[in-house]
Formats: sequence, structure tokens, C-alpha cells
Amino acid sequence: MDRNKLISVEALTRRFPGLNGGAPVTVFENLWFDVAKGEYVCLIGHSGCGKSTLLNIIAGIDHADGGCVIVDGQEVTGPSLDRAVVFQGHALMPWMSTLGNIAFAVRSRHPRWSRAKVREHCQRFIDMVHLTGAEHKKPAQLSGGMRQRVGIARALAIEPRIMLLDEPFSALDALTRGSLQDEVLSICARTRQTTFMITHDVDEALLLADRVLLMTNGPLARVAEIVVNTLPRDRNRTDLHRHPNFYPLRNHLMDFLVSRSDQLRTRVEGIDPRRPPLVFPRAEDGPGAEPSVVAERSHA
Amino acid sequence: MTQATSGGRALLLSFVLLAVFLGAWQLAVGGARDSGGLGDMDPEYAALMGVGAGSGSAMPSPIEIGRELWRHLSDPFYDNGPNDKGIGIQLAYSLGRVMTGYLIAAAVAIPLGFLIGMSPLFYRALDPFIQILKPISPLAWMPLALYTIRDSSISAIFVIFICSIWPMLLNTAFGVGSVRRDWLNVARTLEVGRLRTAFRVILPAAAPTIMTGMRISIAIAWLVIVAAEMLVGGTGIGYFVWNEWNNLSITNVICAILFIGLVGMVLDQVLYRLSRLVTYAD
Repeated sequence: MDRNKLISVEALTRRFPGLNGGAPVTVFENLWFDVAKGEYVCLIGHSGCGKSTLLNIIAGIDHADGGCVIVDGQEVTGPSLDRAVVFQGHALMPWMSTLGNIAFAVRSRHPRWSRAKVREHCQRFIDMVHLTGAEHKKPAQLSGGMRQRVGIARALAIEPRIMLLDEPFSALDALTRGSLQDEVLSICARTRQTTFMITHDVDEALLLADRVLLMTNGPLARVAEIVVNTLPRDRNRTDLHRHPNFYPLRNHLMDFLVSRSDQLRTRVEGIDPRRPPLVFPRAEDGPGAEPSVVAERSHA
Repeated sequence: MTQATSGGRALLLSFVLLAVFLGAWQLAVGGARDSGGLGDMDPEYAALMGVGAGSGSAMPSPIEIGRELWRHLSDPFYDNGPNDKGIGIQLAYSLGRVMTGYLIAAAVAIPLGFLIGMSPLFYRALDPFIQILKPISPLAWMPLALYTIRDSSISAIFVIFICSIWPMLLNTAFGVGSVRRDWLNVARTLEVGRLRTAFRVILPAAAPTIMTGMRISIAIAWLVIVAAEMLVGGTGIGYFVWNEWNNLSITNVICAILFIGLVGMVLDQVLYRLSRLVTYAD
């Protein structure tokens, strides 16, 4: 067993009760994957495949109906300060300022810290996400991008072992999204923060992730493939698309989202749910050719 | 047109409306007096009705009201025995009862509302009681209160308590029950304790809704105190109104009506300012 495994999702199943007492709906079933320490893993899938539900179960604010999530050798039974969540809709307390929102998290982590120490610690993270000067503004006075920065700073400030991001940039305009992605990229590169992120933006996944999990459409969603990002780790949004591997990767992910996510739903035979095929899209066959997909089965 | 001139115009129009109303009133009362409405009335009967020679109609003119108002305002706190106290003292008695009953109601309703809002079980268990008790006119409790408490002043406070508890209870429960899921999830992922979550997340989130309930309650309490004091007597603005009606002093009744309105407006404004303090933009 890989000793670097920080998160291990094993045979995870979640069912929702059916409407009006009908048969329960299985959102996903027998889900297996893991996240190594220091790794950035993205999960891509269409709406309704249970991405947020899965993230909430890892966070410990939702429960599974089968299987388990193991973090650092311990089964997840509830929320923990070791797993910080950045919510889709920022989820800032509107009656608290930027500083107040972050300090609320810091005091939860360090109840014994002095006021000055909390203030200093908060300031470090406010500066990190470039919100210096907006400390005393309320969320309503901030733009959408700034609010999400506060959400990210709040999660980072408790210095969690794992960051869980639930489509954190989906409500932002393209420019703001780009600059926030750069920021997350540089913070994660510096701190080697273990991160699990949900997205449906292919470019975002390619920019940030080391591995991309592809989830089929729900109900009965499952991890169909694990795409290893073959772009060099030292990435940059401006010239990422110039790398020869970029389009093979991007096409592979787009193909999946457009057609294969639905086709693969019914094609279960031959795929071991514990070991979804591992693929390495690369540009080796030259332009115009089908992007080569190197599949590997024995990665566990 | 700027905000300021628009406000100035509204104020001007208010004054014009007031002047027209007072003028029409003055004309109507003065006119009745000139026509000699007592012409064919038996003078003895007229005297019995309090419209005796020289005093004219019992309906006072605005000028008489103004004079009486000035008399009340220049000496609001005199005390010449049980049936002759200054209007300030009477209002203070009423306000004292309202505040006592209202604050006790708040002390019960807000914690209980918290419990109901946080626990669907408690909500369902208490809902039938609330549904039955809420529509009862607070004055219907009066005989029961007088019989069990045996003190008219405390009975009036009890009536205020029972009428102001419902809006605060229901609004608190609703506000607490509808705190956004996301905020509670944030508190959970930060491993915030139950008490800290209640005070730092749920209370501020529900505060605007709770304050709305408190504003409705104070308005109802101020409406009810007049009727309650008419029943129990002794002191208070409600008793004052009833006493002046027995004295057939319509002037004083009208003065009291004005004061009741003014105090009610001040109470509402105070609560409005307080609710602005806890309101948040989302």
C-alpha cells in the first residue's frame, strides 16, 4: 500500500430517499480513488453526478450509505479542522468583515491565541490572497472574486492538511477566475498543499491538477477513468496551451464530457471499480492523428 | 429633483393637509355653535348632557385642544390624588407596564424560539399549543389573570406578556430555523462548539428576523395596554381616557389619543433603530 495516500475513498456509496416514498436513488456506488500527500486532484463530471455530495462526505458534513473515506489512516466520521472546505457560494458570514470571517476560523483552530496573534496570523493570509486594504469591509462591499478570495484565505488560515474546493470559481467571470486560478496555483506550488477540487472547467483542471478523475453521469455515477496530467508541473496560464500535450489532454477531457460520460454509464463490464483505467494523453503521433492514450492498469 | 427638495415638498404637503383638516374642524365646530343647535332642546336636558348654556357643543375646537395640550405639556407630572394626575405620570405608568410585560415576554420567547427553531421535534410538539394560544384576544385572559393573580396591575402586565410573546416566539423560531445551511456547514467544518455556533452564527443570522418580531410585539403591546387599563383602572393612559370620558371631557380624550399615538410612534422608531444595528446586507 502506498504510504503517501492521504485520502482514500473506498467503496463509497450514497443513496437519496426516493420522492414520495419511491425507491431510493443511488447517486454513486462503489466509488474508489485516493489522493496522495501534496497532490492536487480534480474531479470532473456533469451536474447531478454527485460531485458536491462526494466532497461533502469527504468533508464530513454528509454521510455515506456504504463504504468509507479514510484520511491519514482514520475513517472520517465528521467534520474536522484538518479538512478545510471552500464552498461554491463563498459562504461568508455577511455580518462579519473580511478580517472577522478569517478570525472566526483562526480562533476555532487556536482558541488560546491572543488577540494580537490572531490578528497577525489573519493578516498573513489576507496579504497572501491580495486582499490587503479590504480587512474591514463586509462581504456585501466586496466583488464576487474578492469574496471567494476571503473564502480561500479562511480555508488556508486554519492550515489544514487537506483543502476541499467545491467549484470555487464557477460563479466568477473569466478574468477574475483566471487571476484566482493563478493565485491558487502559486499558493499550492509553494506550500505543496494537498487539494481535492471539483470543477466542470476542463482548462482549470489542466492548469491546476496533477490527476483528473472523470466521473460518469448520475445516477449510479462512478469514476470511469483517471487522467494523469502530462503537462510539466511548473505551469503557467499564458503559455500552457503551447505545450504539445495540451490539446491531446484537453480533447480527451472534452470528449469525455461531451459523449463518453454518458456512454460509459452503461458499459460497466471489464472495468474494475477499484482500479479505474489510468490514462496519459500525450502528443506522440504528431498533429492530426488521434491523440494517443496510454493506459495503465496496475497503478495500485 | 433631488432627494432633499422632494422631502421638503412632502413636508410642506403634510402641513397643508394638517391645516386643511384643522380648518375644516374649526369651521364645523364653530358653525354648530353659531346655529344654536340647542334651540329646541329642553335647557335642563341640555345641562344634563353637559352642553349647558355658554359651554356650546361638547366637541371641542382645535384651538381648545391646543390650549389643553399646552396645559398638559407645561405640567405633565403633577399629582393631585388618584383621579387627577398629570399625563406624563399616566403615560409613565403605562410604559412601565408595557416594558415589564414585554421584556419578560422577550426573555421567554427568544430562548424558547431558539429551541423550537433548532429542533424540528420541539417545533412539531409545541406547534398545536402555539396555534391555539396565538389567536386568543389578550383581554380574554384578563378575568383569569385577575382571579389567579389577584392584583390588577400585575394582571395588566400579564396581559401585555401574553400578547407580545407570540410574534417574538414565531419570528425567532422562523429566523433560527432558516439560517442558511452553508453558514452552519462552515461552523461544522471549523469544529465550532454548539454554544459558540448559537451565539456567533445563528443569533447574528437570525437577528433581523427576531428584531422584526420584537417590533411587531411592541406595537401590539402598546395597542393592548390602553384597553387593559380601561378594564383594570387605577392608573395609566388607558384609565385616563376612560376617566375623562366619564368626566365627558372630550378635549382630554382627544389629547390622550394624540399622546398615545406619539408614544407608539417613538416606541416603533426606537425598535427600528435597534433593528438597523443588526441588519446585514447579503
